[in-house]
Amino acid sequence: MLAYIIRRFLLAVITVWAITVLTFVIIQLPPGDFVSIYINSLQSSGSQVSFGQAEAMRAQYGLDQPMTIQYARWMGMMLQGDFGMALAWNKPVKEIIGDRLVLTMVVSISAIMLTWMIALPVGIYSAVRQYSFGDYAFTFIGFLGIAIPNFMLALILMYVGYKYFNMSIGGLFSPEFENAPWSLAKAGDLGKHLILPAVILGLAGTAQLIRIMRANLLDELRKPYVVTARAKGLAETRVILKYPVRAALNPFASTVGYYFPYVVSGSIIVSLVLGLPTVGPLLLTALVAQDMFLAGTIVLMLGILTVFGTFVSDLILMWIEPRMRMEG
Amino acid sequence: MDNGHAERQQPILSVRNLKTYFFQDEGLVRAVDGANFDLYRGKTLGIVGESGCGKSVTARSVLRIVERSGRIIEGEILLRREDADGQIDLLDLTKLDAESRLMRSIRGKDIGLVFQEPMTSFSAHYTIGNQIAEAVGMHLKLSKEQARQRAIDMLRSVGIPKPERRVDEYPFQLSGGLRQRAMIAMALSCDPSILIADEPTTALDVTTQAQILALLEGLQRERGMAIMLITHNLGVVAEMCDQVVVMYLGRVVEKGPVDQIFHSAKHPYTQALLLSIPSIESEPRVKLPTISGSIPHPYRRPNGCPFHPRCSQAMPGLCDAQVPTLLPVGPDQEASCFLYHQPVEPA
Repeated sequence: MLAYIIRRFLLAVITVWAITVLTFVIIQLPPGDFVSIYINSLQSSGSQVSFGQAEAMRAQYGLDQPMTIQYARWMGMMLQGDFGMALAWNKPVKEIIGDRLVLTMVVSISAIMLTWMIALPVGIYSAVRQYSFGDYAFTFIGFLGIAIPNFMLALILMYVGYKYFNMSIGGLFSPEFENAPWSLAKAGDLGKHLILPAVILGLAGTAQLIRIMRANLLDELRKPYVVTARAKGLAETRVILKYPVRAALNPFASTVGYYFPYVVSGSIIVSLVLGLPTVGPLLLTALVAQDMFLAGTIVLMLGILTVFGTFVSDLILMWIEPRMRMEG
Repeated sequence: MDNGHAERQQPILSVRNLKTYFFQDEGLVRAVDGANFDLYRGKTLGIVGESGCGKSVTARSVLRIVERSGRIIEGEILLRREDADGQIDLLDLTKLDAESRLMRSIRGKDIGLVFQEPMTSFSAHYTIGNQIAEAVGMHLKLSKEQARQRAIDMLRSVGIPKPERRVDEYPFQLSGGLRQRAMIAMALSCDPSILIADEPTTALDVTTQAQILALLEGLQRERGMAIMLITHNLGVVAEMCDQVVVMYLGRVVEKGPVDQIFHSAKHPYTQALLLSIPSIESEPRVKLPTISGSIPHPYRRPNGCPFHPRCSQAMPGLCDAQVPTLLPVGPDQEASCFLYHQPVEPA
C-alpha cells in the first residue's frame, strides 16, 4: 500500500515537471513576445519606442536568451518561490495572484461541495425510485442544467436576484468590504456572495454527477449482495446506504481530481459576467498580453492543483475501495 | 412430552397456494402460480425444476424480498415460531408488511438464506466479519466484541481454517469454496430454524460441491434446522433431500418422498427430468434423452396444463384446455396430471 502511494507521488512529481515544460512552450508559441505587444500598444497610443529601448527591455526580462536558458531561469526562479513580474501590471506576480488564487479555490470548492451535497441524495433517490415522478422531475431539471450555458444562467440569476430579492450582485464582496482587512464580517459577506457563483458553476456538474450516481447505483442495486443484505433483516435504508451506495461512490472520489480545473477554466466567462475576483479573468488578460510570467504561473498553479487533486482522489479511492488497498 | 412430540410433527413452514406475480410493462409474469409444500424441522425439502420455473421467486417470497414489480397476490406462508413469551404461534408471512419490524426480525433470525453466487453475494467493501457480525449484533442484541467473537465461532464451525484471521479479510481474498462456507456461516449465525439454500453449489466445482453439501448435512444434524434446498441438480436432491417438490412454470407438478420421486415418478415432466440424468449403466456414446421443446416465454403461457406442449403423453382436447390440480397418486405422493385424475369439472 505504501509502495503504491510512493509510486503515485513520484508520478505526480514527474507530471508536474512535464506540465512546466508544456506550459512554457505553449506560452512561447504565438509569434512575438511581451515586448513587441507592449510596443505595439504604446505606438497605437502615439508614443515612440526606440529599437535600443526595446532591446534593453528584452535584456531586462531575459527575453533575448534562447528558449532553454529562459526555461531554466524561469524554473530556477519558481523553485525559489519567485514567480517573476507581471509585466503588464509592473508588480510581482505573487502580489497579483495571491488573493485571487485563494478566492478561486474558495469558489471552486464551494461549487464542488454544493455539487456533492445535491448530487448524492438526488442520485440515490432517482435510482431507488427509478421511473417515479420525482426521478423524471430531477432528470428534467438535470438536463436543463446541462443544456443552459453557464453565463446565460449567470445573467438570468443576476437579474432575478437583483429585481426580486434585492441582492447585491456581482463580485464576491460588498463594496464596503472590498478593500477591508479580513474579519468575521467580511467572511460572512463572502459567504453570502458565494451562493450565486457556487450554484451557477456547480449546476452543470451536479446534473452530470446525478446521472452518473443514478446509473451506477442502478447497476449496484441489481447485485446479489443487496439481496444478501435484505435477507439479513436490515432495514431498507440501511441496506441501500451501507452496501450499494458505498459501491457507487467511486465517481464522487474521482471527480475531486478533474472537477477542479473544470470549474476554474469553465468559469472564465461566468467570472467575467459575475465580476468575480478569481484567476479565470486574470488568465485571459495575461494570455492576451502575452504576459508570460503571469500566464505561466497561473497555468502552472492550475496544473499542480489538478495533479494534487488527482493524487487526493487516488487516496480517497484507496480508502473506499478495499480491493485497491490490498492489491495496489 | 407428548405435546412436544406432536409439536415437532407440525410443519415449521407451510406454503399454501402461493402466487407471486410480476407486473411489468411488457405483461404479467406468473412466476409462482400456486405453490404448496411443507417444511419440517431437521428435514430437507428439495425444490427442483428448470431455470425460470419459479424456484428462486418462491424462496424470495418466503423471505418477502421479491423485487418491486413482483407481488404476492394470493396464498399463505405459515411460519411456526416461538414468540417472546415462549408461546408457539403460527404467523402468516404474506399478511405482514415486508418492511415491518416483525418481518425484519424473521429475516436472518428465523430464516437464513444462502444463495448461488459466492462471488457477488458478499459486498467487496466490507470484511467478512463485518458482514456476519452485523446480523448477529442486530438479531441477538450482542455487543460489537461479542458479535465479532460469534462471527469467528461461526467461521470455525463451517470449517474455515484460521477464522481469527479470516474474519478481517475481504471476500475477494477467499476462494469460492471458502466464500460459500462463509456465506453459510452468515446465514446460520443467528441460529435460524429454517435455512433456504438457493442453488448453493451451482457455481462451485464438483469437489467443493460435495464438501459444501456434506457441511450442510452435518450442520443440520447438529442444529436440527429445516433446509429448503433449491436446485436443478437431481444428483444433489438424491443425496440431500427427504422430500421433493418438482416445479414447472411456477406450479408444483409433483411432490413426494425422495425415494418415490426417483423410483416411481408419476408426472411426465418428472419422468423426463429423471431420464435426462446420465446413469452409470447407460451405454457410452449414446445421446441422453432431452425434454423436447423449451420453456414457453413467460408472457405467453400455454392454456391448460403448462407442460402439455412438451409432453409426450398429452391428450388433445383435455390437457390443452383444462388445468390439472395436485392430487394424491400414492402414499404421500401427489401429482398434477390428467393421466391419473379426471378433470374436477368435466368439460
